[in-house]
Amino acid sequence: MNRFDYVRPADTAEAVAAASEPGAAYLAAGTNLLDLMKGNIVRPTRLVDVSRLPGLDRIEWQADGSLRIGALVRNADLAHDAAFAKSCPAIAEALLSGASAQLRNAATVGGNLLQRTRCSYFYDTASRCNKRAPGTGCDAREGDNRLHAVLGWSEGCIATHPSDFCVPLAAFDAIVEIEGRNGRREMALDALYPPSGAAPERDNVLKPGELITAVRLPASASAFAGHSRYLKVRERTSYAFALVSAAAGLAIENGTIREARLALGGVAPKPWRARAAEQALAGAHADETAFRRAAAAALDGAKPSGDNAFKIELAQRIVVRALTLAAQGTPDRVPALPASPFSSVAGVRHVA
Amino acid sequence: MSPEINLTRDPAHLRHGSNIGQPLTRREGMLKVTGAAGYAADNHPPGMLYAVLATASIARGRVTSLDVEAARRHPGVVEVMTQMNRPPLAEDPDAKTNPFMFRMDLLQNDRVRYANQAIAVVIAETLEAATEGAVLLSPRYEAEPARVGLDSNESYAPPAVGVGNPASVQHGGDVESALAGAPHRIDATYETPMQYHNAMEPHAIVASWDGDRLSIDTPSQGMAMAQGRIAGLFGISPDKIHIRSPFLGGGFGSKGLVKGPQVLGILAAKLVGRPVKLVLRREQMYGPVGHRSPSRQRLRIAAAADGRIAAIDHHARIATSSFDDFYEPAADASHTLYASPALATSHEAVRTDVGTPLFMRAPGEATGSIALESAIDEMAFACGLDPLAFRLKNYAEVEPATGKPFSSKALRECYAQGAERFGWSKRSLQPRTMRDDDGFLVGWGMGTATFPALMFAAQARAVIRHDGSGVMESGTHDMGQGAWTAFAQIAADSLALDLDRVAFKAGSSDLPDAGIAGGSAHTATAGTAIHNAGAAVIGKLAELATSDQRSPLFGAGNTGVVARNGRLFRRDDESRGESYADILTRAGLAEIDAQGSGTMDPAAQSNYAMHAHGAVFAEVKVDPDLGQVRVSRMVGVFAAGRVINPRMVRSQLLGGMIWGVSFTLHEQAIIDHRSGRIMNANLSEYHVPVNADVPRMEAFTVDELDPHVNPLGIKGVGEIGITGSAGAVANAVWHATGVRVRRFPIRIDDLLTSEVAGRVG
Ligand SMILES: Cc1cc2nc3c(=O)[nH]c(=O)nc-3n(C[C@H](O)[C@H](O)[C@H](O)COP(=O)(O)OP(=O)(O)OC[C@H]3O[C@@H](n4cnc5c(N)ncnc54)[C@H](O)[C@@H]3O)c2cc1C
Ligand code: SF4
Repeated sequence: MNRFDYVRPADTAEAVAAASEPGAAYLAAGTNLLDLMKGNIVRPTRLVDVSRLPGLDRIEWQADGSLRIGALVRNADLAHDAAFAKSCPAIAEALLSGASAQLRNAATVGGNLLQRTRCSYFYDTASRCNKRAPGTGCDAREGDNRLHAVLGWSEGCIATHPSDFCVPLAAFDAIVEIEGRNGRREMALDALYPPSGAAPERDNVLKPGELITAVRLPASASAFAGHSRYLKVRERTSYAFALVSAAAGLAIENGTIREARLALGGVAPKPWRARAAEQALAGAHADETAFRRAAAAALDGAKPSGDNAFKIELAQRIVVRALTLAAQGTPDRVPALPASPFSSVAGVRHVA
Repeated sequence: MSPEINLTRDPAHLRHGSNIGQPLTRREGMLKVTGAAGYAADNHPPGMLYAVLATASIARGRVTSLDVEAARRHPGVVEVMTQMNRPPLAEDPDAKTNPFMFRMDLLQNDRVRYANQAIAVVIAETLEAATEGAVLLSPRYEAEPARVGLDSNESYAPPAVGVGNPASVQHGGDVESALAGAPHRIDATYETPMQYHNAMEPHAIVASWDGDRLSIDTPSQGMAMAQGRIAGLFGISPDKIHIRSPFLGGGFGSKGLVKGPQVLGILAAKLVGRPVKLVLRREQMYGPVGHRSPSRQRLRIAAAADGRIAAIDHHARIATSSFDDFYEPAADASHTLYASPALATSHEAVRTDVGTPLFMRAPGEATGSIALESAIDEMAFACGLDPLAFRLKNYAEVEPATGKPFSSKALRECYAQGAERFGWSKRSLQPRTMRDDDGFLVGWGMGTATFPALMFAAQARAVIRHDGSGVMESGTHDMGQGAWTAFAQIAADSLALDLDRVAFKAGSSDLPDAGIAGGSAHTATAGTAIHNAGAAVIGKLAELATSDQRSPLFGAGNTGVVARNGRLFRRDDESRGESYADILTRAGLAEIDAQGSGTMDPAAQSNYAMHAHGAVFAEVKVDPDLGQVRVSRMVGVFAAGRVINPRMVRSQLLGGMIWGVSFTLHEQAIIDHRSGRIMNANLSEYHVPVNADVPRMEAFTVDELDPHVNPLGIKGVGEIGITGSAGAVANAVWHATGVRVRRFPIRIDDLLTSEVAGRVG
């Protein structure tokens, strides 16, 4: 590991000032950043440890019914917060499907949003990678790319955003609160990640020194609480990133979908909000025909970036399943195998 | 020695309420769970420096430059060891004077022969400084195209496979003509991936030189062999080398032979004249410490109309390194299990730019088993038979490849008990016909397990002290399998003492050579040595008593004595006896000792085929739409001779079965075919099962008395659990889905075909 300065600011303003220097990086729980540093994938010259900043570890209900989650709230604490889990069950389920108990106990909300891709060529410093070393090329294009993107990728980079948490956050219109040198600003989570075709090295639109202080879920998010699920498919039953995942929320009235929310994970450089699918669902009967139509709409324009065409088919099936599960109603408690098809038994279709 | 107390004759009766057979917990368990057990890397002698390997990022070529000055300038860096200043060795690391000696990369030149090969060692005051120093070396290379994968080079017939097995074997009639005329035939090709060692504890060494004496803490499955290898390299006598290896955080074959990085740690200590610690990083395990070769196996099986096998032909293509020879004996898996009037096995190999593949838990047996058991399953179905019925129909009464009788073989009992416990009789013959209440596809599959009952050579020394307590010394290796406990049990029985009256000393090279903890033969081999040492010292004690007029046992020489609870008794009159303490005290002896050895009995070996067996039954559930697979339960029943400690044995069997699940559904090194680098050299992406993948797993043993394998009747259980299990899971996936996947591990995309579920959308 290279030599670096380590500073522990007393408050947000001090943190922002310290992190505005070139080469500085925020350190939250470090479950991603320290791994990257040990592997020489990133070599910050200054770590600004925000993990002890006061006031950023709270989950607060606002007067307007929205929920404000401090950037330092631990993934596990959030998932196990009873009121949160009740109003945002799919988000709790997504959190609990990620990483391992030990990692969730440490990992923070802010860090989860800004975790880097798991593209193995990004991790392998001897490989060419536009994200790690801009302009060098992308060894994943002709390499092992079974896990790479099928939506929103560019010739320069075909990596996916690995977070589970961010998928339902994107679906339910989460807002990110940011503190910078020029004060406070906020944006939709969807806008935190650059649009398709942006320079691969830019994972997010934050300016130097900008600190995520909170994530806010609008009151509208809880409107889907009765019909929302997260579904994550992977070869290992637990402790693996998603091959493909989906967060689905439905507002159903008399069997008709009033409003739908849908986002996909593991398919694109960002948590992938499927607005066309949502539109296709609005006003439709909550049945398989509608879900299949939505699935097709969600994957419209998808194309393999390599040896991963199967993901397009898999993603559609996952969308159908997630919507089916959501339509059946949110289970009373998060299943023992969160987000696993094996805990979502009621939705299995009986195709002989 | 009076023959009656020769424990090797009939050990079972000698100690009533014996320690052998008790399900004791690990004696060192408390030390381990409290962190008090010191592993190699926990040692920190005064003045110790840290060594870190710089490793190659190309798979083939030359190192053209290293910025040694930049590394040296880094604060804390003490020295950089390269081919220019590496201390001389007495033996060329590329020398191969016996087939069991493997070439090492010890900075002997600028060649790179695989990714992750050591190209320099940075030695520093801190781990961090050494780590950064290694980065600052910024190596440059002249790279040549990497040859990786089974199709990257011309194949050739290896001279031998495994440890000196013939590369091709034929037994009985002509396979081709049997195949040609058979009413039922299958011809199927299976592929298994490279697997890498991921013991929890990576290879580590703390080395200190004192003149020409060398002191080492390092995990080892074979201390005496390591001593010999290091002695040869450094031109010193083995007795100048002291290795301590009290605990291993797993070995699985990777610590059987001392590996290059460990020797580099010793060289580094020599170079700087201070103790040095070198611990491999996880990704550095993916190269120099051995791995499981990939394989492509073609199985052709013919059967008569009634389902009796007429021919088996098993051909395996495997890979070795460009510079050394280890050939995974995958096809040999077909030698022992199924009766066939015509049997042929053969191998071909390719040289690739990877570290030399070596022993990994059940080398050959595991790789071959998954292919053979899949093929047997395919053949059973082709014959319209239940997989168990098919196996019973083709049950081998003698070893198929040799015609030798088995020393013992309780496989029928394993099949019967396993089937019963699993509920196998309710299985449907057709695939894709079973569902659970939730709509998941359910599949039941089975496999036969087998592993040879081997013996190597080991020594032990037994002592009885004047206070009546005992000591047993044998430099055995506890890899976590519970050797310390099992050997102490054998030792206590051999000395006819309670366990807490016996000090069992192990894990250090200054103790008698306990051979190698490999080939599932450690308990059998060192256990026999311990058993014999105990018998020998009891014999000496008896001699002392029966020839002493003052002893109540005087003159009992002809009728004999028995040992029990720290006393000797006259066999014909148990009211006459004397304690060990009294015998020694009267003789004025502080202690009495004797040696014992354990080796195979060549006569028995040539007369009998010796194997452990088992039957494994697996149930999987498969999501019909999404293709995700989960093993929902598994039952394994094994016959492995005498069980010394049922708790440890069960753990070994379960561990093996879990590796079987891993083999079929998870484990795989992903290699970039352009660079030859392994792209998932970390435990986040190199998947092994987690608890959620192995929900209900049961392992049992059946009684099996084997009078031939060794005096204690032990067969070994360390590796057999993988065999059978991997195939059982694969067969269950087929039974659930109707899709026969022949490339492992099975992935979701393999099952996402339109056959599995109608297309969505
Ligand atoms: C083995 C393993 C398995 C995993 N599996 C999963 C999985 O299945 N699903 C999943 O979703 N995740 C998974 N993760 C990733 C894990 O969720 C992230 O590592 C974690 O959420 C990061 O949080 P952290 O607090 O440790 O962030 P850090 O590692 O401290 O920081 C991550 C990044 O965010 C920046 N940062 C942190 N906080 C802020 C802030 N407030 N403002 C601005 N920048 C900030 C840092 O500078 C850094 O660039 C896994 C990780 C590991 C190691
Ligand atoms: S896909 Fe993106 S992250 Fe991966 S190697 Fe290419 S540029 Fe780098």
